Amino acid sequence: MAVLVEAKNISKSFAGVHALRDISFELCSGEVHALVGENGAGKSTLVKVITGAVEPDDGTLTILGELAARLTPSQARALGVAAIYQQPSLFPDLTVAENIALAVESKDIWRRVDWKERVKLAGDVLVRAGAALDPMRTVKTLSMPEQQIVEIAKAIGAEAKVVIMDEPTAPLTDREAKSLFQVIDNLRAQGAGIIYISHRLEEVTAIADRVTVLRDGETVDTLPVQDIDRAKLIELMVGRPINAVFPKRTVPIGEQMLELRGLGSKAARIRDISLSVRRGEILGIAGLVGSGRTPLAETIFGLTPADSGEIRIGGATVRVDSPRAAIASGIGYVPEDRRQHGVVLEMPIFANTSLANLDCVSTGGWIRHREERELAERYIGQLRVKAPSPYAKARTLSGGNQQKIALARWLAIKPRVLILDEPTQGVDVGSKSEIHALMMDLAEQGVAIVMISSELPEILGMSDRIAVMRAGQLAGVVNRDEATQAKILSLAVIE
Amino acid sequence: MRGQEISVAATILALAAALAATNPQYFAPDNLSDLFLTNVPVLFVALGMTLVILTGEIDISVGSVFAVTSVLAGIIAKSGAPPFLALFSACLAGAALGTINGALVSYLRIPSIVVTLAAMVALRDALRWSTQGAWIENLPASFQWMGLSQSSYPAVMLILALAVSIILSWVSRNVGVGRAIYAIGSNEESARLAGLNTNAIKVSVFAVLGALTGTAAALNSARFNQIPSNTGLGLELKVIASVVIGGAAVTGGSGTVLGTVLGVVLMAAIGPALTFWGINAYWEKAIQGLIILVAITAGTIRARWPQGARFAPAEHA
Repeated sequence: MAVLVEAKNISKSFAGVHALRDISFELCSGEVHALVGENGAGKSTLVKVITGAVEPDDGTLTILGELAARLTPSQARALGVAAIYQQPSLFPDLTVAENIALAVESKDIWRRVDWKERVKLAGDVLVRAGAALDPMRTVKTLSMPEQQIVEIAKAIGAEAKVVIMDEPTAPLTDREAKSLFQVIDNLRAQGAGIIYISHRLEEVTAIADRVTVLRDGETVDTLPVQDIDRAKLIELMVGRPINAVFPKRTVPIGEQMLELRGLGSKAARIRDISLSVRRGEILGIAGLVGSGRTPLAETIFGLTPADSGEIRIGGATVRVDSPRAAIASGIGYVPEDRRQHGVVLEMPIFANTSLANLDCVSTGGWIRHREERELAERYIGQLRVKAPSPYAKARTLSGGNQQKIALARWLAIKPRVLILDEPTQGVDVGSKSEIHALMMDLAEQGVAIVMISSELPEILGMSDRIAVMRAGQLAGVVNRDEATQAKILSLAVIE
Repeated sequence: MRGQEISVAATILALAAALAATNPQYFAPDNLSDLFLTNVPVLFVALGMTLVILTGEIDISVGSVFAVTSVLAGIIAKSGAPPFLALFSACLAGAALGTINGALVSYLRIPSIVVTLAAMVALRDALRWSTQGAWIENLPASFQWMGLSQSSYPAVMLILALAVSIILSWVSRNVGVGRAIYAIGSNEESARLAGLNTNAIKVSVFAVLGALTGTAAALNSARFNQIPSNTGLGLELKVIASVVIGGAAVTGGSGTVLGTVLGVVLMAAIGPALTFWGINAYWEKAIQGLIILVAITAGTIRARWPQGARFAPAEHA
């Protein structure tokens, strides 16, 4: 097999901190080479070296047999390197065809644009990417998975030999992830090499041929996939054995806390949802993307108020027509997109933790700064947030730590009902199990928890009961002891 | 003080030192008092504008609101009503116009630049049409200096300017609504998800800006015998420039009241200084523009290179 990428003894440090130390990495044609490691292990820096975004301090990089010293991003693209990130980086106001054309056509700014050719070419590569998308659609009208497909089509169109995928399945449901794997298989069969980064270890073991584990900027090991399993992988990543099972434990389940009776909202496209969650109970909400899981959460939280049915908290009907009203009734909501919605990136930690709860740290509108700081310090300690001080801006924290801050904001209101939307998406393994442990602590304290997740093992591992959504309606509720992946999936898809 | 405030303060001090060395008569009490009174209206409007810009919005109709409320104050004063009533009416009318702007921006989600551009043109032309371009003349003596003596008026204005600045600065840092204003400017959706009433707060900041504009208009009118129909023309540029020089980000979420005060002082001091140095008045605007450009460029460069942060490895979460 031809070697596509060969990185030898690469080192890179930023302001004296080693991001990569003497890393060697090899990608062959026709292979999927997974890159795993906790946040901060150096995966993204290595990818940036290969895409030419970062110049290494030391070491040599060879791409397709060419020694790539002082590689620039455009040279890397010309050599056939394409990168697909977790969040698609497309031009939202341009059409699919234009987005693909920009990756494929020559970069000469005076070139003639042949629109017919553009659309035809876009159609062709979309077919090769395994999707029947209309090339004339504007990208911003596409769903997240569809945008991901366009990114892949760009890579295929550019005849990329080295395709880097950074958490490509994070915004996808299991079924969409499966079709992505199909596309990856096709790319592999055509002789491309794929560098695959993911926190979802099941995926890695399913799709990869080889796995390289990074820890603290160093290569721990490179192994063929058949020599490892999930537990081994985690041990290599963390450097210590970690409890790979979910920290689920039995906690006393109390009286009914949240009850939905025939809840519906035209704006949210959900209808007739009746559910209940008791104190100490974790209700998992499963379903495909677009099945109405997040809209249901947004209706309960008053973002898109219900127009039929009722919401009862602790036995009393409450009117939730705004997030304010929801908070007043004791409902907290950790949204899916933490960078956009969960935290205010430009604000310091202390302002983030108190934002939903300013009344509690102020008297008659005056903020008591010391209490506000102490609140932040308490949660930084309790949730083991890695941050230099409560004054650090949320932007400077890693994904897992940002998520902990997003959670802390809602813990501060002492919620009776806590809705968590994809609480561990894109979070490293260590933070993930800490967040799960925290959910159990909250349940033990009598909080009723609603957890939306696209990750079935998480749903099965953490929930007491599982509500499955389908096309804006409740498809069924499964008890923990009867729940299996197959059962949930069949409820989610079969009409 | 933050970086931008320090550099503006340093520029003011350097300017003052240069003036003291070359033209000590700049610091004559009469000149300073005149300079101060001319710029009190700018300060009031700029303080309100700071709040609006902090929420990530902008209001370019302040010049027209200033004109409308000036004329209103003049008409009420001429009707023989006591000065405070003229002041109060102008303040209230300004608040009402600000509320309309704010409501269109927050509830109908029309971009603030569009709403206030329309308001700017509509109010200015409505005023021109209704007054037929005539000035309000022969304001009653009782309205002069708001009924105060000419010597005590600057002192009262100084106290008022300090009081409004200190209160707004305090509120922006120590009261929940201040925190909410910064949160909305940083990330409105996130602020809404945290349970903040973002629409009401946005309407309020526009209303406060309107009220301060109306107040400034009445106070300014009381200094003269007549009100020109084109009063307040170009005020929005001066005000927005002062706020931005003071370090507020036009994208919202960042800036301080202190920065705005310093920005107003610098903008106010520079024009007359050029006159003292015998530089042709035609150059004044060009040099002001240059100062704005330098201030913003310095701010942008600083924001891009926070101590070593540029070199921190950015991991994809």
